Amino acid sequence: MHSQEIISFKNVHKIYKTGPVIYEALKGINFSIKQGEFVAIMGPSGSGKSTIMNILGALDLVSSGEYKLKGKPIDSYDEDSLAEIRNKEIGFIFQSFNLLPRTTILKNVERPMMYAGIPALEREKRAMEALSMVGLESKAKNQSNHISGGQIQRVAIARALVMNPSIFLADEPTGNLDTKTAEEVMSFFIELNKKGHTIILITHEENIADFAKRIIRVKDGLIDSDKKNGKKK
Amino acid sequence: MNFIELFLLAVSALKNNIVRTILTMLGIIIGIASVIIIISLGQGATQSIVGEISKFGANILTVSPGKIQRRPGLSGGSGTTVDTLVEADLKALNELPNVSQVSGLVSTNKQIIFDGATNQTSISGTDETYAVMHELSFSQGSYFTDSQVATRSKVIVLGDEIVVELFGEDTQVVGESVRVDGKTFRIVGVVENGSSAYVPISTAQKILLSQNYFNGIEVLITDSQLVESMTTTIEDMMLLQHKIDDINDADFSIRSSQEMVDSISSVTGTLSALLSGIAAISLVVGGIGIMNIMLVTVTERTREIGLLKAIGAKRRDILLQFLIEAIVVTLAGGVIGSSLGIAITFLATKLLSIPFVVSLTSILLALGVSAVVGIIFGWYPAKKAAELQPIDALRYE
Ligand SMILES: Nc1ncnc2c1ncn2[C@@H]1O[C@H](COP(=O)(O)OP(=O)(O)OP(=O)(O)O)[C@@H](O)[C@H]1O
Ligand SMILES: [Mg+2]
Repeated sequence: MHSQEIISFKNVHKIYKTGPVIYEALKGINFSIKQGEFVAIMGPSGSGKSTIMNILGALDLVSSGEYKLKGKPIDSYDEDSLAEIRNKEIGFIFQSFNLLPRTTILKNVERPMMYAGIPALEREKRAMEALSMVGLESKAKNQSNHISGGQIQRVAIARALVMNPSIFLADEPTGNLDTKTAEEVMSFFIELNKKGHTIILITHEENIADFAKRIIRVKDGLIDSDKKNGKKK
Repeated sequence: MNFIELFLLAVSALKNNIVRTILTMLGIIIGIASVIIIISLGQGATQSIVGEISKFGANILTVSPGKIQRRPGLSGGSGTTVDTLVEADLKALNELPNVSQVSGLVSTNKQIIFDGATNQTSISGTDETYAVMHELSFSQGSYFTDSQVATRSKVIVLGDEIVVELFGEDTQVVGESVRVDGKTFRIVGVVENGSSAYVPISTAQKILLSQNYFNGIEVLITDSQLVESMTTTIEDMMLLQHKIDDINDADFSIRSSQEMVDSISSVTGTLSALLSGIAAISLVVGGIGIMNIMLVTVTERTREIGLLKAIGAKRRDILLQFLIEAIVVTLAGGVIGSSLGIAITFLATKLLSIPFVVSLTSILLALGVSAVVGIIFGWYPAKKAAELQPIDALRYE
């Protein structure tokens, strides 16, 4: 095993059962990701990208095959330990519904630290640092519904950042943004990646995928291609 | 997360939907307010009745005609008029040791007339000792004397409430005359805080009632410690006097004022418990309302719960968050309900002129009950929220 390999998928299958209907979303996925990589996952709608992402983020479990995080099979953890992994190892950025409604930006960013039991003063300090990294310290006291779409994604990045996770998982983080704002948001991922964080990003858009160093293409629950990104920006 | 943080989260979540929060609380508010009102008014009423009775003095034993009914209740025995208590009994009781005063009583209900104004009231025929035994105080004049009793004088002592009815406020009435049953009575005294009238017992027996028996005999015991043992002594003596062998055939009954206090307290206690039980039903209804709203809230916030789980919330974190939200609602409802209950009790006691008593225990109990309602009815929705799978919650539309 490589010492820096933090993610490995071995023959991962995912089967969804909705009543009598059985649907195989992943049909045997294999890949591994090393610490510090910047990977884009691409593919048509319904190909299984979000399914992969949810398994990677310990939000869901594999039906068969094996997912190892930092060398340890994910299904060896109990529910509370999975919550702890989501809290400490992984930073999520979703396409929509990223922030808690009726809550300030600052409180949103502080929330993961509350679950980690970090004291209030320390929490606020770290949240403000993360917000200033994404250039939003002036919006700290704003309500989460009083900022723009691009700002919401930046807050989500700040919230993912406060626990200093090794992996950032972003499921179409720029899906709702115009090109200019999207590239602005992407610049923060580049910055995080430069600091050594692993970034895994799902996108439909080639120009967004081009920010990544490696592109995995998925089709019908299988990997279509897995290459270094030649055109990297 | 600690409890202060969870509490603050709950408060801000509830503030964000203030109308719904208040509507949710309503059931609890009404339930708690009713319990407080019922308990407090019950206690106030008991206190006022007990106060009234203890005016009779703690060491007075009352012998009433009629069969003994030793079951709890307000009536001590005399349902119908019984003529078994006579002058001879009075004399015999007077001979007993540890008896300082004995006073025969008759009572009737008559109209008192002055110059066209009338007042229907109870008139007691008593000895001159009655005023001392019952510690009556006078705003005008005094009680009638032993010689007035001996000579069957047509004199009368009125409660000040009757005086106000007949003569108006602040009128000097001693020396004035009123008419009862067509006979003229001269007023000799006015009793403070009274609504009854008193005439010499001899006058009442001969002129108003034409009877030679008593409706009751009051026995003042020298020491309240002896009241219990004297009850037995008097009982034995009366059985002998009336030539009755079996206590079950007794044609009289003996009560102490303490006994009356006890039986009244037990009646009002039972009544309060019953009414509180009914009020408790509204608490259960309120609790079910809370459960309903919490279930709706959990469904509405499913994606939020998914997000919280994605950023590291454990099952316990979600459970506590929603449970504390429910408890905050019911506790706040309890506080508002208690305040409302106290305010209404205060107004009611003013209207009914009974003492205003609100016990700390009833308030603490009310708050405890509201918290428990929150835990019981908040538990199921909170558990449902906590058990949501993160992925299902995030995909919820
Ligand atoms: N919880 C579920 N229950 C049943 N079917 C599911 C579930 N989650 C996903 N699927 C199905 O699995 C397939 C893959 O879904 P997934 O969300 O991974 O696609 P995706 O590649 O992310 O698509 P998109 O680009 O539209 O987001 C789809 O056909 C979807 O309908
Ligand atoms: Mg998707």
